[in-house]
Amino acid sequence: MTRKQRRLALIGTSLAVLAVAAALVLSALRDSIVFFNSPTDVAEKHPVPGTRMRIGGLVKPGSIERGDNLLVRFAVTDGKTDIAVRYQGIVPDLFREGQGVVAEGKLDTGGVFAADTVLAKHDERYMPREVVDALKKSGRWQEGEQKGSGSSAK
Amino acid sequence: MTPELGHFALVLALGLALIQSIVPVIGVHRRDGSLMRLASSTALAQFVFVALSFLALTACYVTSDFSVATIYENSHSMMPLVYKFTSVWGNHEGSMLLWVLILSLFGALVALFGNNLPAALKAHVLAVQSWIACAFYLFILLTSNPFLRLAPAPFEGRDLNPILQDIGLAIHPPLLYLGYVGFSIAFSFAVAALLEGRIDAAWARWVRPWTLAAWMCLTVGIAMGSYWAYYELGWGGFWFWDPVENASLMPWLAGTALLHSAVVMEKRNALKIWTILLAILAFSLSLVGTFLVRSGVLTSVHTFANDPARGVFILAILVVFIGGGLALFAWRAPLLKQGGLFAPISREGALILNNLFLTTACLTVFVGTLYPLALEAITGAKISVGPPFFNLTFGPLFVPLLFAMPFGPLLAWKRGDILGVAQRLMGAFAVGLVTIAVVAAAESEVSVLAPFGIGLALFVMTGAVTDIVERIGLFRVPLSVVRQRAAGLPRSVWGTAFAHFGIAVTLLGVVSVGTWANERIVGLKPSQTVSLSGFDLSFDGLVQRSGPNYRELVGKFTVRRGGVPIATMEPAKRSFESRATTTTEAALLTRGFSQLYLSLGDVNDDGSVAVRLYYKPMVLLIWIGAVVMMFGGALSLSDRRLRIGAPRPAAKPAVQAAE
Repeated sequence: MTRKQRRLALIGTSLAVLAVAAALVLSALRDSIVFFNSPTDVAEKHPVPGTRMRIGGLVKPGSIERGDNLLVRFAVTDGKTDIAVRYQGIVPDLFREGQGVVAEGKLDTGGVFAADTVLAKHDERYMPREVVDALKKSGRWQEGEQKGSGSSAK
Repeated sequence: MTPELGHFALVLALGLALIQSIVPVIGVHRRDGSLMRLASSTALAQFVFVALSFLALTACYVTSDFSVATIYENSHSMMPLVYKFTSVWGNHEGSMLLWVLILSLFGALVALFGNNLPAALKAHVLAVQSWIACAFYLFILLTSNPFLRLAPAPFEGRDLNPILQDIGLAIHPPLLYLGYVGFSIAFSFAVAALLEGRIDAAWARWVRPWTLAAWMCLTVGIAMGSYWAYYELGWGGFWFWDPVENASLMPWLAGTALLHSAVVMEKRNALKIWTILLAILAFSLSLVGTFLVRSGVLTSVHTFANDPARGVFILAILVVFIGGGLALFAWRAPLLKQGGLFAPISREGALILNNLFLTTACLTVFVGTLYPLALEAITGAKISVGPPFFNLTFGPLFVPLLFAMPFGPLLAWKRGDILGVAQRLMGAFAVGLVTIAVVAAAESEVSVLAPFGIGLALFVMTGAVTDIVERIGLFRVPLSVVRQRAAGLPRSVWGTAFAHFGIAVTLLGVVSVGTWANERIVGLKPSQTVSLSGFDLSFDGLVQRSGPNYRELVGKFTVRRGGVPIATMEPAKRSFESRATTTTEAALLTRGFSQLYLSLGDVNDDGSVAVRLYYKPMVLLIWIGAVVMMFGGALSLSDRRLRIGAPRPAAKPAVQAAE
């Protein structure tokens, strides 16, 4: 092999691998990203039932109901709008009324959000950023509320 | 008094770092040996002062001095002593102090063991190391002072986040930081080489042991973090493709690529510019990781409370060092003498292929992790990129890499014989194919990927063994000769074999858990039984117990197999009054490499308790594989070649300083 051929082989292989990677990334991005919505977004945008998405806000006080077979019903609120959520399984330790929560799942035809994941947080003072933004948008966020406890870990 | 001493020691360290940032560089310019040698003394002194500062903070934690704000926030007088130690870095301020402690430790180690380095290179390396140190000392002193006092002092602390009250906190963060920060040495060497505009094979020999040491720590650090999350979070997952996990995986991938490209540079004096770039990238990705974890810009299951103001500061550090490093690279790299090109079918060709796949895989992880941030900045839409993305991109790139892995060490340098290698790998092919056939026949219901994955893992394992067998001539020459050859084999060859074997072990664990894990989530009343994968668990009831700073509700379960009791399991829910928090303590039953995993959910009004039961076959292999990889790294690190140190290049004219 001449020097030129060797260089071409190297560049060709690199480009081929990068092209494959780019194709994989683009196709995967199309299929596997999930949008985040606040309850108000859901009410305003009327997403098509069955679309996978994440919702976030606070667990509405007094809304948690437990049913058979580990069924949990609760409402997520951003202070303006509520959305009913249904989840079957074990909720995280830090799941409680008034606590920030992020749930992933699909909206069913009845307007109830069927969650298959309820995200756990490690720190009772931590609020998911999406929830903070959702609360800010609906005007329910007091600046400085979470500050001062800015300790963190790991 | 102690906190003030600690604070003062840190300020002194900053002063020393400032001197070390400037004086050695001037020394190189003026070719003044004493100014250059100053860097070694200041590096050692810096370490002493940071260590004093760290000790002062530790002393405050151990004595529960709640007049210090971070201790009030993160400690409690009733906490067991071991957690008082670990809670030093179980919070943002303390963990940054640990970060700089390790940074200064590495600086001191270079000063101590870098005697065979050319004086100018050593001076430059230590100066660059000090630039990084300055940035982080300032970060701590200006935004995250761990010694801030409270007046009046509270009577009792608010306790460490219960989820961190675990031995995992003693192991995972220090190892991870040793890895992250260890790459700073490779970065400093790269920047020093660029400043000098000169680089040779000896450079790679100096950089490789540091990179290897950092890589070993990072490998085990990631694995231990994964195991910790597995048993502590109570949902039995070991990897979620979460931003924080990706943040540690990216430097690992870049570091692994760096290790391999440095070999090419050392042996063949080629790939110089690429190796420099990888050294810059590996540390840049460590900084990105620190930023992602510390700033909370991405929502993660592992994120704790954080403060965006600090994020901006880290972002500034990031921009300066990554931007500066890459700009310097763009400016100076063309000056470096290029090595030769070489035949594609050769050891170095295989190592390039390894680099190509590792960096591309790293790139896909980078895209998946940061795409949500970019999209939100541009369009405002909030999205999350989940595991399916990474499985679809990272997986297909890693499979060819693993398949090519056994070929690499068997190929000769310069000109390899791919057919000859394939012939020598016949045994490994046979093992792989038979495994695929057997698994596919025995388990017809599982996805086609499972037999293929297990087959690939066994192919790689057998390939690693084949490499050793071929070299020592086992089955071909008399046993006494074999023994002699085995003893004479460089340790780095054993290291390669172990590291490659280790990654296959991890793969075996991942595929096996991904395919054959079983899960049941049920509500149980006392004396009811639940069965899974041949185990019958009967629920004997709930009892209350109390620990040093918590109360726990323990579920008692008896495990039977074929009617015979084999063990009891006691998962618990702990409630920590000081934080009004509960944690889930899973119970694990280890059988061979497999585990039965049981965790408690909520107790319902009718007296039934929700339980999650998993059977995780071969799950321990995932982490054992990482330990095997680290062992391989350690063998390689103890290689005579690295232990003795790089030979001095033949006397050269005085080093050209950067213009």
